This record gives sequence, C-alpha cells and structure tokens, in this order.
Amino acid sequence: MKIKANLISGRTADQGAHLEAKTHKGYFDACTYCELNSADLARLGASEGDSLKVTTEFGEVVVFAKANDGNPEGLAFIPMGPWVNAVMNPDTHGCGMPGFKGVPAEIEVTDEKPLDMKSLMKKYMED
Amino acid sequence: MPVIKDAVCSFCGSLCDDITVTVEENKITKVGNACILGHSKFVGMFEHDRIETPMIRKEGELVPVSYDEAIEAAAKILVKSRRTLSYGWCSTSCEAISGAIQLAEETGSVIDSTANVCHGPTALAAQEKGSPSATLGEIKNRADVILFWGCNPVHAHPRHMSRYSIFSKGFFTEKGRKGRKMVVIDVRKTDTAKLADKYVEIDQGSDLLLITALRSIVNGHEDVIPETVAGVPKAEILELAEILKNAKFVCVFFGMGVTQSRSKYKNGDAVSSLISDLNQHTKAVMIAMRGHYNVTGFGQVATWETGFPMAIDFAKGYPYYNPGETGANDLLVREEPDAAIISAADPGAHFPQKAVMHLARIPVIQIDPYANPTTEIADVVIPAAVVGIEAEGTAYRMDAISLRMKKLIDSKFKTDEEIVKDLTAKVRELKRGA
Repeated sequence: MKIKANLISGRTADQGAHLEAKTHKGYFDACTYCELNSADLARLGASEGDSLKVTTEFGEVVVFAKANDGNPEGLAFIPMGPWVNAVMNPDTHGCGMPGFKGVPAEIEVTDEKPLDMKSLMKKYMED
Repeated sequence: MPVIKDAVCSFCGSLCDDITVTVEENKITKVGNACILGHSKFVGMFEHDRIETPMIRKEGELVPVSYDEAIEAAAKILVKSRRTLSYGWCSTSCEAISGAIQLAEETGSVIDSTANVCHGPTALAAQEKGSPSATLGEIKNRADVILFWGCNPVHAHPRHMSRYSIFSKGFFTEKGRKGRKMVVIDVRKTDTAKLADKYVEIDQGSDLLLITALRSIVNGHEDVIPETVAGVPKAEILELAEILKNAKFVCVFFGMGVTQSRSKYKNGDAVSSLISDLNQHTKAVMIAMRGHYNVTGFGQVATWETGFPMAIDFAKGYPYYNPGETGANDLLVREEPDAAIISAADPGAHFPQKAVMHLARIPVIQIDPYANPTTEIADVVIPAAVVGIEAEGTAYRMDAISLRMKKLIDSKFKTDEEIVKDLTAKVRELKRGA
C-alpha cells in the first residue's frame, strides 16, 4: 500500500539540540522519522516505529513512522537534516531557496532500516 | 567557583543575553536560564565529538596533520580554484565574517550565508518592499497582538515567547499573556499553535493567497473574497482581519513556512504590503525569526562591506549579486564551483541531495568545532573554537541589535577569525610566489 502525501521539513527542538552533535545517536533519533496523521498511518497499515520509504522525484529515503494528529491528513513532516534532504527539491525557482516544503511524495512500508548519518553521506562520496 | 552572569547564548537568533554560567576547572558545569537548545550548546559541548585536530583526506580517509599543513593545503585549493564557493559564516562572530569577506574578495570567490536556505527570500522581500520593523524590546513593551506565521518558536526559539513576545510583561503590556492576543497561522497544529488564542490552519503553499485576501479586507474590499481562501472560510479571514485592524500594536513574526513555501520571497513581499496596509489603521511591524544566532550579523557585515546581504560574487573583481544565480544552491546544482570553503554551517546536512552531490565531487575545506555530515565529504578540516563560549565576538539578534558575546572558558583551538586571517595570509603568500 502506498499513499501520496505533501512533504514538508522543518526544525524541532530535539533536532536543534543535536545541531552540534550530529555524530551522536540522538541526532539520528531526532531526524529519522516521518510524522503523519494516524488516519494516514492506518491507511498504510503502519504502526509507530515501522520503517517507511519516502520517494519523491528527487530520491528516496527510509525513516521511521510517527503519528502526529496535528498534521492534517495528506501532510507529511520530516525534521530537517540529511535524511529528508535526500528527497527534497533542489530547484530554487531562480530565487536562491530550494524547495524544502511542499514536495509531492509517495510513502510505503518497507523492511529496510534508515541509514546512519555516516553511511548516508558515504553514498554521496560513492556517486 | 566563578559564576558568569549575563552571558550571551550563541545558538539561535533570539541571542538571549541573560544566561548564568558556572565554570569549574575550565569546564561549564551549570547553566541557568538557557532553553533546551542553549543548554545543549553550553553543557553539551563537553559531551559532543569535537574535531580534535586538523585533518586532510588521503586515500579516502581523513588523517591528522599539523595546523600549518592544513592551512597550506586549504590555501593551495583556494589559489588553484577558478570558482570557489565560500559558504556559511553564520554561527560565528561579525569579526570572522568580515575576514571571510576579505578572503572571498582576495580569491575572487562567491560568498553566501545560511540565509540561502533560511531567510534569503526575506532579504529579497525587504529589497522589493521594505521591512517595517521594531526591536524585540518594543514588542515586549507594546505589542498586544502577536501573529506567528509559519514559525514554531516553541521548538526553534524556545525562550522567544517568554523574553520578548507572548508571555513577557513590559511597560504598556503589564498584564503579560493576559493582555496579548496570540494568533498562529500554520499548515499543521504545532506546539506553538496549541498555545494560540486563534489558530488558522491553511493549505500548505497557499500563504500568498491568504495574505492577499487579508490585504483586500483591510483595504475595504471584502466583497471580492470568495467563500474560502487557502482552505480557510471567509468568516474566519474576516475575523482575523478585524483582530489585526483593532490591535494597538501588531507584530508579525514569520519563519520558514513563509520563506520556503511556494511563492517564496513573494510571500515576504506580500507580508510587507500587509504591514503597510495595517499601518493605515494601527501600528504594525514584521520581524523574521532568524535561525543561526548571527545570520543577521552576516547580512549586516556583508551589506556594509559589499552593498549586498548574501550571495556575493567577487569573480569580476567587484561585488555582484543575483541570488537566483549566485546563491550557494544554484551554483552547486549548476555544478559550477570547483572548490568550496565552508565554515560555521553544515550544507552536508541542510542542502538538497543534488547540491550535496556536487560538493562531494569537489575539494571542500571545512572550518568547524564539531564533526557533522559536511565533515564526511570534506578534504581539509580545520577545528575552531566555539564562538560565544571559547571566543568573544559580536553578533546581531534577529531584530538587528548587536550584542557582544563573552569568552567563558579557555580553548586550545584557534578562533574562526584567526583561522581566516592565517588562510588569507597564506593565499597572498602563494599568489606572490606564483
């Protein structure tokens, strides 16, 4: 089962508190999840902590599922960081700013696990 | 044990200057008044992975070298490069920023700040329409209606509401929270939205529509408003316009929801027009919620030194500015830079994949106290002292008030200011030799 969602990224206090500790597991925990309304999670057949694969025109990334009923249905939120930026829109529309909010995404349950920070960055060195 | 009072927190753009720090044996052991972000900054630094030594990448691995070797390797990269991107310089002092601009001029580089992925569109909006503003002190003392648009201070600026806005008590706002109306406009019910007197949820990416509808109503043209705008019923927009018009003093604080969503700088441009319209009825101002503690300072220093706040290209020998062309992300996506120098910022974590891919291909010099995703793709790494803790310097708060950061403890690491000075001297030496 796949759902379509509108993906946004942004700051959280936990992500911010690890801004200068990005090699620590706390940073991984603070950034590798996707918040969805529980109705969307139910449609996916996913529970909190399950792995989700988020795919956009620009790439794919695996993160954990998290419920947040503050999100309207169809809106997905992933904290800012290298994981969400694997799928965000690099186009600035000629004004300097990439598309960090409002990227159409497909989300599905997966058996894969999120990559740790170093493994994720290593992929860039191999490309 | 020495207790240092009124230290400035060098984390976010709130730049809280009332932090109490206890220092024992050159370690910060206790911090008073800081939020979760500030606490992590002051105390967490003894638990985090510092970059302990300068390093150069050899056969794929970063290996320790002396400081002089690292400076020489970095200077060689800069001298050899025909198109260098200098990026970041926002979690550092104005003095270091000034040095970085001088180095960019010396090397004919493009220099850009983290505003490129933050409030860059706000700078463009201010250039288009102006940015009627106030100090946070004025907000504390006067604002009775505070609108947070596309920002979440509970998470991003945790003490903003108690020190400067919603909860603070001031000269004409002695009732504090009870005397203020708090409005939040966002696309999801954030922890900030949960505290609001009035929360308006809009369709993601439709901020410009709502701002335009509000402007129409404030200017007396409510008849042109359709039944819903941006997913919000007309009655609710009318109510919101009334709240704004009937206020004694409105402040619109806005964040990434405004700058990063569709319409980008046109959103800030429209907010500025709305402020202008509201000033026909009452007093209204706008303030951007700046993230890095001295990103405002970068804009200040760059503007007084080059005439432009960011994305400044020195390739022609004089400053040239066109953010959609000379912005860090545009340059990297076009695969234009052949080298990069990055300080006090982390594009490895915060740029989209296509920009990071190019950074991974070119020689990257990193100057930073801590290892982060950029370190994983860097070729020369130079550790730095933490400004505001191990080094003093000037920073600008989000309302463009300058504050002097104190040095709280000693450090074995050089400051960004010293590193950039050494690098510039080495570049000049190599250029003379050539």
